[in-house]
Parts: sequence; C-alpha cells; structure tokens
Amino acid sequence: MPREREQWATRSGFLLAAIGSAIGLGNIWRFPYVAYESGGGAFLLPYLIALLTAGIPLLIMEYAIGRRAKASPPLAFRGLNRRAETIGWWQVAISFVIATYYAVIIAWAVRYTGFSIGQDWGEDPEAFLMGDVLEATEPGFVSSYVSGVMWPLIAVWVVALGVLVFGVRRGIERASKIFIPLLVVLFIALVIQALTLDGAGRGLDAFFAPDWDAITDGSVWVAVYGQIFFSLSIGFGIMITYASYLRRRADLTGSALVAGFANSSFEILAGIGVFAAIGFMATNTGVAVDEVIGEGGIGLAFIAFPQIISSLPAAGDLFGVLFFGSLVVAGMSSLISIMQVVISAVQDRTGMPRVPSVLVVGGAIALASILLFPTSEGLYILDAADHFVLQYGVAMAGLVSVVVVAWVLRQLPALQEHANSTSAVRLGWPWLLTLGLITPLVLGWMMWDGLREELAARYEDYPATFLAVAGWGVAAGVLVVGVLLSLVPWRRADQLISVASEEGRS
Amino acid sequence: MSAGAVVMMIVTIAIVWGGLVAGVLYLRRHPDEVEDESETGL
Repeated sequence: MPREREQWATRSGFLLAAIGSAIGLGNIWRFPYVAYESGGGAFLLPYLIALLTAGIPLLIMEYAIGRRAKASPPLAFRGLNRRAETIGWWQVAISFVIATYYAVIIAWAVRYTGFSIGQDWGEDPEAFLMGDVLEATEPGFVSSYVSGVMWPLIAVWVVALGVLVFGVRRGIERASKIFIPLLVVLFIALVIQALTLDGAGRGLDAFFAPDWDAITDGSVWVAVYGQIFFSLSIGFGIMITYASYLRRRADLTGSALVAGFANSSFEILAGIGVFAAIGFMATNTGVAVDEVIGEGGIGLAFIAFPQIISSLPAAGDLFGVLFFGSLVVAGMSSLISIMQVVISAVQDRTGMPRVPSVLVVGGAIALASILLFPTSEGLYILDAADHFVLQYGVAMAGLVSVVVVAWVLRQLPALQEHANSTSAVRLGWPWLLTLGLITPLVLGWMMWDGLREELAARYEDYPATFLAVAGWGVAAGVLVVGVLLSLVPWRRADQLISVASEEGRS
Repeated sequence: MSAGAVVMMIVTIAIVWGGLVAGVLYLRRHPDEVEDESETGL
C-alpha cells in the first residue's frame, strides 16, 4: 500500500521553500555582474521581459506538471508520456551532480564567515584563498585532501541531511521559515552598512546608469534570459518536486508570480549591496568599478569581498559575517531543494521510506562530494563541472522539456487548464505563446551561442583531457545516467500513477 | 549618482518590489479553497 504523499502545511510554507530554493549563490554573486554587463539600468527592460516571457511561465509549467502528477520529476514526466520519463531522470542526475559541488561553496562560505572575524586573509586575499584555504595546485584529478575544507563540508552535509530527514513539512518547511527571514535580515543589514560607505553612490551609478545601446545587442538578451533561467531554479526538477507536495486546490499561478518576483526583488537588493561596496572599493583604491567586480562569481565573493572588508573604515568584521553568513544561508536552502529532487525520485522509484532514502541517497551524494572536492584540484573540478552541467545539463534539459511538453506531447493546453482550475490569475494565450515559441527560441539560441564559444576556445584554458572528463564527461554522463535509469523496468510506476490520479485517496 | 541612474533605480525598485507586493496582496485576497477532509492529509 503506497504511503500518503507528504504535503506542505501552509501556503506560505511552500512559498518560502520555493523562494529559498530560487534565491541562491547566483543571486548574490552572478546577478550584479550580469546586470552591470548588460547595460546597467537599461538591463531592466530585457530583464523584466525575460522574467515575464520565460521565467514565470516556466515556473508555472513546472508547478503544474508537479502538482498534477503529485510525483517526483521522473514519474511526473512519465505521467505525461512514458518516454518523457528520461527527462525526469536526467534532471535527477543533474541535481545529484550539482548538489555535490554546491555544498563545497557553502563550506568555503562557512570558513570565510569565521575568517571575517579578524580578517584572516591578510594583505593578499587571492593568495590566501588559493594557497591557505583551498591549497589549489593545477587542474587535474584528486591528489591530496584539504582538511580545512573537508570539515566544514562535512558539517554542511550534516545540517542538510538533518533537515531532510524530517521531511517536507517538519524539515524543509520549518527550515525555510527560519532561513528566509534570517537571510533577508542579514542582507538588509549588509545593504544598510554598504550604503553608508564613501563611494557607494558611485557603485550604484555604475549599476543603474542606463546604457540603452546595450539592449540592441543580442548577447545581452542571451545573458539576461540565462540569468533569469538559472536564478529561478528551473530545469533542475526542483519546482516539479516542490509542487508535487502542494494541496490539490493550491493556487499555482499566483504562487509562481510571488516566487518569481521575490527572487528578483532579492537580486535587486543584492545588486544594491554589492555595488555600493564595490563603489567604495573603487573610490578607495582609485580604480575603475569594472576592475573591482572582475567576472563575478567565486572571485567576487572570495577575493574582492575580503579586500573590501579589510579596507572598511569600521565594523569590517561585522560586514564580513553578514556577507558570508548570507551566502551560507542562501546556499543551504537551495542545496536542500536540490537534494530533495534526488531523494523524492528514489522514494517514488523504490517505495523506500523517507529516513532510509535520505540516509542512502543523501549519504551517497555527500560521500561523492567529500571524496572529490575538498582536494587540491577541487576548485578546478568544481568550476569545469559547474560550467558544463549548467549549460549542457540544466539549460539543455529545460529546452528539451519545454519543446517536448509544448510541441511533441502538446500538453500545454492541459497544463493550462490544470493551473487555471485552482488559480485566481488565469492563464491565456500569452502563456502558450511564451512557452511554445519564445522560451524554446531563446533557450535554443543560448545553447547555440554557448556551444560556439565552447568550440572556439577551451573553457578557462584547462587541459583538454581534464575538460573531457570534468566538463564534457560530466555533461554527457548526466544524460547517459538519465537514459539508463529510465530504461530500468519500473513495476511500481504505473501503480503509483494510477494512485496519484485517484484524487482524495487515503 | 547621475539623474539617469537615480531614475532607473527608482523605476526598477518600484516595478520589481511593487510586483512582489502586488503578488502577495493578490494571493492574500484569494485564499486557497478549503479541501474536504479526505484531502487534507491531516
């Protein structure tokens, strides 16, 4: 007898969990850079268009797929069509890989929260990061372990699995009710402190001054759509998984609008905080704003920010704790959601109860993470895997899922009806148009553009054999694993689908 | 800050944060329909 599927206790609980999943490291370190590169204030136009024509429509699609099937991604796609199950397992494999390295960045942020007190990075934060903290050598495969990363990483896994063991309602929902308000408070405190710095206005000027020429540049649109896509946690199967725990009468469209705008609101707040701090640094050292921001990402967080913190006239330690503490909290809620995709899929697939599923699946992911990444080569493996799995995993799976749902299976009208049956905001033809036409075209263009760049030059100039394994190998690996898992005979699946469709079961 | 930057900052904040507030208010005005007892899972 199948167990009753868990449900979110409250609507706000689901929303906070969905928002917590969407708000992650990328909102803090990737968005400000993309916005700056995309014409500053002028980015608002493509950004809003991307949010309304790709981000929120895709969120609604994933919510509808998940809530309708009341199942994890493989089973939810199988509910649409037996062969579509592969997409679900592909997303599960992608989530597995991402979870292994995402936790490592949180572990670095945990250490840096500690380093902030006393500003242990000294005069040269770059040498400190690469040498003292990561003990990074050359791109390659595991040669030696770094205990300073290993221990916080183990702690991150203990907390993540500790939350997941308690399940959706008592674990994820309760944790989100603590994490999200805490994150907002930490970040608002950080923004207030940043805005009081000399030169903050100069940073905000760089961030918001519109460069209208940029919006006629196609690559800017690709970058902005990419930011919206990655930032909203679409294409991982997370939103399908979270929506599968919704009640049958829960409002889908309204929830997607709130989650989408909440994620963007946080991004804007993060942009203001980060640019105010960068403006201070640029003024203080007499360099240009773009030299401080670099390329965003790990360098911005773990090299530029320590420099900024050290040069603050007062309360630098507090600023560091707020910044790295925010990274930890934002990262944890996203990590938990990524893990839940894999755990729920295994639970649905095997019928295993929650606690053993969490321990077996979570333990396997944690073990892979601990064996591969707290190493001298961990940074490079992480960087290559991240780039390839996002571009040719998450974005590609997103593209395939929207093309399959819209054009191959022609399920959009059914999903539209499903969402409209319980939502106050009703979806009409614009929703069909955005998902049927705009999203596939933009994602396809993004893919083509990325692929062209990839073939023109080796990513980060890493050795070809290293890239073949840690980059292309990982991207191809998740697809192969997805296909293989979908080929495993699954006797329980049809039984579960029939159970899921029996509404009001006990 | 230049006038253009200030205007864009205000417009951005008004639209994005305004969108969030409007979404929350809209959801609050439309509570989920109450489900019958067999579906509540309680």
